[in-house]
Amino acid sequence: MLEFPRWKYALVVLVLLFSAFYAMPNLYPSDPAVQITPNKENVLDAALTARVQEALKSHGIATKSVAIEGKNLIVRVYDADVQARANDLVRNTAGDGYTVALNLAPTVPHWLQAIGAKPMTLGLDLQGGVYFQMEVDQAAARTKREEDYIEEIRAALRDKTIRYSEVSRSAAGIRIQLSSAADKTAALNLLSREMPKLRFTESSDTLILGIVTPEEIKAIADAAIDQNVATLRNRINGLGVAEPVIQRQGSNRIVVQLPGLQDTAEAKRQLGATATLEFRAVVEGDAASALKDGTVPAGARVYTNTMNGVPIMLSKRRLVSGDQLVDATPQIDPESGRPAVSIKLNAAGGKRMLDHTLDNVGKRLGIVYIERVPTSVMIDGKEVRSSRTDERVISASTIQGVFGKDFQTTGLSQEEANSLAKQLKAGALAAPVDIVEERGIGPSLGAANIAAGRKAVEIGFLLVCALMIVYYRVFGVISVLSLFLNLLLLTAVLSVLGATMTMPGIAGIVLTLGMAIDGNVLISERIREELRLGNSPVSSIKAGYERAWTVILDSNVAKIIAAIALFSFGSGPVRGFAVVLFLGVLTSMYTSVTVSRALSTLIYGHGRKIKSVSVGGGF
Amino acid sequence: MEFFNPNSNVNFMGIRRWTVSLSLILFLASIVSLSTRGLNLALDFTGGTLVEVVYAQPTEQAAVSAALAKIGMEKAVVQRFDAQNYAIRLSPKEVTDLATAVHADARAEDGSNLDTRNSQVADNLLKALGADGQQVTKKHSEYVGPQVGSDLAWGGLVAVVVVLVGIMIYIMMRFELKFAIATVVTELHDVVLTLGFFSLTGMEFDLAVLAAILAVDGYSVNDTIVVFDRVRELFKTTRNLAPVEVLNKAVNSTLSRTIMTSLATALTVLALFLFGGPTLKGFSTALLIGIVVGTLSSIFFANPLLLWLGVTKQDLMPKAKDEAELARRP
Repeated sequence: MLEFPRWKYALVVLVLLFSAFYAMPNLYPSDPAVQITPNKENVLDAALTARVQEALKSHGIATKSVAIEGKNLIVRVYDADVQARANDLVRNTAGDGYTVALNLAPTVPHWLQAIGAKPMTLGLDLQGGVYFQMEVDQAAARTKREEDYIEEIRAALRDKTIRYSEVSRSAAGIRIQLSSAADKTAALNLLSREMPKLRFTESSDTLILGIVTPEEIKAIADAAIDQNVATLRNRINGLGVAEPVIQRQGSNRIVVQLPGLQDTAEAKRQLGATATLEFRAVVEGDAASALKDGTVPAGARVYTNTMNGVPIMLSKRRLVSGDQLVDATPQIDPESGRPAVSIKLNAAGGKRMLDHTLDNVGKRLGIVYIERVPTSVMIDGKEVRSSRTDERVISASTIQGVFGKDFQTTGLSQEEANSLAKQLKAGALAAPVDIVEERGIGPSLGAANIAAGRKAVEIGFLLVCALMIVYYRVFGVISVLSLFLNLLLLTAVLSVLGATMTMPGIAGIVLTLGMAIDGNVLISERIREELRLGNSPVSSIKAGYERAWTVILDSNVAKIIAAIALFSFGSGPVRGFAVVLFLGVLTSMYTSVTVSRALSTLIYGHGRKIKSVSVGGGF
Repeated sequence: MEFFNPNSNVNFMGIRRWTVSLSLILFLASIVSLSTRGLNLALDFTGGTLVEVVYAQPTEQAAVSAALAKIGMEKAVVQRFDAQNYAIRLSPKEVTDLATAVHADARAEDGSNLDTRNSQVADNLLKALGADGQQVTKKHSEYVGPQVGSDLAWGGLVAVVVVLVGIMIYIMMRFELKFAIATVVTELHDVVLTLGFFSLTGMEFDLAVLAAILAVDGYSVNDTIVVFDRVRELFKTTRNLAPVEVLNKAVNSTLSRTIMTSLATALTVLALFLFGGPTLKGFSTALLIGIVVGTLSSIFFANPLLLWLGVTKQDLMPKAKDEAELARRP
């Protein structure tokens, strides 16, 4: 008897319905669009819609629709070239109160959206855009943290009047040179208590080494990456990309994908300002002559690169660093009516600023802008990456009163205020990043890739269908139907999981089609064999499915191993391929075994008296 | 329709000396080629810059090279897609050379301190190509840092090894050690031959090709497993058959399936090769080669290997569990 339980039929029907509905959104091509999002104080209204429509019309840009959709005003156009032009125009028309970005607007009907069905996101290779991979300089991040510790150690020792001759960085760690053995013991007790994250070891009678623990280094690196990701996200908002991808990759890399964007230079200008800032107290005196005579006071350093070209001496002690800066905005000082920059620090920075200003009203405070320029030179045929550091004093203004985390700096022209605010914000990036990979894909290339991919899937599918039906007859038809369901199911699962479709992903789908048919071939061949042995049609079908199962399982496990390895060790595009391959193996095991069995039982089973099975090969 | 006589008994094992010798010759040739010629590694692995350009007017390849030579880029690789579409590839060294020349302007113009030299390189290339009045536009550009490239190459190597070891462990659990060794050596043979093909033809080896080779790894083991599964079954169900006869029978009875599956997969990959566009050319070539090599090796290489490893009925017998399972079988 050939039986198939009713609940399994129900399950197959459910899977079919699920696949059909959730794969369907991919059939609706997205419109290239310009998306207008209002900032806090602005609203979307008919007036803005009319203004945008008018502007587009007067410049002869044909639109599919201009309408408020959800929280955005969406301008749909016909192709990517028009999209870029429309974007520029709309940005000028809408003005400052709105964020204008390139986007792909879905055309999926509302009832499909209502059940949560959505199309797969297209990868950069299919819709065009810019791709960057950036690397965070962990060594620099660590150096900076060590310098912070040195500050804290000095302050702690001074507080408790423990005498030291030197606290400095060395390859082995932070060297703390004390004046006597007694001071050393006191320092060791104090520092071990106050700085549990550092490991202190006695190196000699008067020398302590402070070592940043590996856990701490990892934490620093993690924090540096997270902060960079956050900072990059803010910077990208200024670029006008609707759905940027900013991802952490591995321990020290960040991947940035900007779909729809064409201008890599502009993107890099926004993303790449790898600068930091430092607030330092000004040491008054004639810096130029001090430098000439060699009478620079201990604890001070001469900066020759300044805003007015006159050398200035700043304290070696850093008050506040760029990562403690929260915000900097140019504004008009309400009291004097003159341009100013309003600066906001975090709590730690604010406390240090308060401590400093309590004692130093009337003295000057300097801000140093440190720019890091990546350079690379060829040494013995190998590229060696290094960087040059440019330090510039961008401000030195008098402290007018005691302040903490919120304060403003005045005495600037409007232009200077704007520029200082911009530099301060850029300086908030904690650890420097370098671009290590960069790709730009034009939108027409993306469209060509989609067309090619679609054609390959269609033709590949049809070829397999033809081969199977000619060779295995009815069982070929059964195989083809289950293969089609496999294609639907795979597409549906990928869409529901929110996968990004890329060219390698399409290749994975095509390859899955070819490999998935293996299950059906194994079953059909086995049925033929059983028939040849003289078994009845019904028992041959039954044995065919049962005997083929073990080998289908074994061979699919091998494919899964390969897919997992590909996923773990591959990067972006290879991962897409691996995910499709992995899911494809799983869906094909279900369709080629369970679904095809349901179909063959429907045709041949349920106690029907059958004389022959149509599986080709003379049967 | 039937491709093969179901009762065929081609003596595949009889010609094993020849087939294995051929396999070994190809294997050695691949190794020699890989160690002398190496692979034509793509940008993904070497690092460097690739710029794809479109000429408004049809242009000769020689003219493109000449324009590049004028700015000292004689070694730049020029690839022709058609009369108007070209790709130009620069090694990391050439990028540095070209960038050093323009670095000062790049900084002044740009104001940011990110690695601006790459877009500068592309712009400079366009300037050089358009020097004789031609209108040239950039279609697409890529830059890969050398560190990224070597990370990828290393990751790929690790992945190949992990796949081999993973499959070996699985087969050892499901079959037996000799089967596992034969499968993994066959795998290695397939991978090396596919790499050898890319080395000999000098076709570009990029990340997609590496992915294809890993996919082939999983795929060709599939073929081997299907044959071995039959070997296992025949060993268990027949008496008084010499191992060589069992292997021959196993290959013959799975032959139709082997051909059908390979044909189906090859057809889909052919569709990719013909219609998938230039991005997937290398990828589909690797798959096609892998499928052909994998199919043939599962018949002509894996089985003789298994025989030489001295596989016998006893290898699959001693476990009491199997005996019990066998007893339940109809």
